[in-house]
Amino acid sequence: MGANLSGKAVISGIGATRFGALPGRTTISMNVEAIRKALNDAGVEKDAVDALYVKCPTSKFELMYGQKLAEAIGLQPRIGGVWDSGGSSNVIMISQAIMAIEAGQCEIAVVTFADNPKTGSAASYSQPRGDDALYGWFAVLSSYAMIARRHMGELGTPREALGAVAVAARRHGAQNPNAQLRKPLALDDYMNLPPMVAPFCRDDCTLVSDGAAAVVVMSAERARKMGVAKPVPVLGFGFGQTSWDVTQRPDMTSTQAKVAGETALKMAGLKPKDMDVAQIYDCFTITALMTLEDYGFAKKGQIADFVKGGNIEIGGELPMNTSGGLLSETGMPGMQLIHEGVRQMRGDASLQVKGAKHCIISNQGGVMHTHAALILGQ
Amino acid sequence: MNTTVQTASKPKATLPDPDINEVSKPYWDALKKGKLTFQHCRKCGNNWLPARGECPKCLEADWAWHDASGKAKLISWVVFHRAFHPAFADRPPYNVAVVELAEGPRMITNIVVEDAEKLVIDQPVTFMPAEEQGHGIARFRPV
Repeated sequence: MGANLSGKAVISGIGATRFGALPGRTTISMNVEAIRKALNDAGVEKDAVDALYVKCPTSKFELMYGQKLAEAIGLQPRIGGVWDSGGSSNVIMISQAIMAIEAGQCEIAVVTFADNPKTGSAASYSQPRGDDALYGWFAVLSSYAMIARRHMGELGTPREALGAVAVAARRHGAQNPNAQLRKPLALDDYMNLPPMVAPFCRDDCTLVSDGAAAVVVMSAERARKMGVAKPVPVLGFGFGQTSWDVTQRPDMTSTQAKVAGETALKMAGLKPKDMDVAQIYDCFTITALMTLEDYGFAKKGQIADFVKGGNIEIGGELPMNTSGGLLSETGMPGMQLIHEGVRQMRGDASLQVKGAKHCIISNQGGVMHTHAALILGQ
Repeated sequence: MNTTVQTASKPKATLPDPDINEVSKPYWDALKKGKLTFQHCRKCGNNWLPARGECPKCLEADWAWHDASGKAKLISWVVFHRAFHPAFADRPPYNVAVVELAEGPRMITNIVVEDAEKLVIDQPVTFMPAEEQGHGIARFRPV
């Protein structure tokens, strides 16, 4: 086992565009805005950046996209490029940047993401799945719904548990001035929504959003020397890959988020009960429920008891997705969760969890194919 | 996720055809004749679908197509109340399911049933040959 990097590196700046519909903006332009704001937030000159990690836009894959972005910000980084593991990419790239910094390969890394599926093409979300189009097997959401039905049938999870995730996200998002959807949702209203791809209704599903978000990563020592105002230490990270397609995976109701969470908690020397706040990837309601189970917040099949009665809302035992998550703030794949984790640890979130010292963040990609966990501290 | 469903004035929409290649052709040919087959590894005994050139367990390329018994169990299912493709505009509500064959492989299918909301996880189902857009496909019905 190598050196423990817990606390060695910090997120020293965050920056984002507006979320929602941003007509006329290219992903490069949005990335540049997010990077400019993140650098200003960190108090870092652009020319000090020597690593540029980019998550490729989901709606359009472009060869050498990392180089196009480096050119747009006039930079010749030592390390750069695109990481392709879907929505787990942002946490993974931050972790890779930390490992590269510790190995002496770079000093200040920017990690960034932009996409415009709302005003551009959202086809990647609804297209037929593989060879199974003849059966009417369409859309990403259907694969998640397939998992949800199995979870409900095998473990007895009620629809109310899915609803609790949506209700929490919408309550928090309603109080976030930057959220794309600021309309609270009552559990009764959720239960009465018509099915879209049963067992899912519309409000089980991620928003579709344009926007960009970036972070600046450096060593804790460098942040001290530079006098960074509010550096947020990364205490732990971990990864895991389920890999099998939903139709093939032998166990549909648990994922390698378990390995990701355990690795991150072990690195941080912490337990699930030490977490004061959580930002859990909620592209669909079932994703957040299963991640909470896999991270050890509840036993498999007992998640309904954990999430009920406002327990994952502000004021509950584990306030979750305090800026609204993918269901209410923005459908962007994951960077917004990292930003909210940073704000909670700095103590300047819109819905601040009082005295919060530890935040766990999950990112996942594909249909629970890839997983990454990040633990932030103070 | 706003998906616009195109209407009748356009030419009739067709679904993307499956990728029928050197490896997968026997599977689709058999389905066309009403037979469901799967790949069996002669080295390690693993059975699998969909078609691939090497056994995903032992990585060897020494396999043969075997006939399935047609017995399976229902792993999970969803019910589409919305068409995501113009070729399926008049289909909702329809179901898509994952079944596990008695021999082990899992596959996407449709369950032929009046009300899919009455299905039960793990219930036994049996193979029913069908056709879609000129291709043989494998549907299942409750036993």
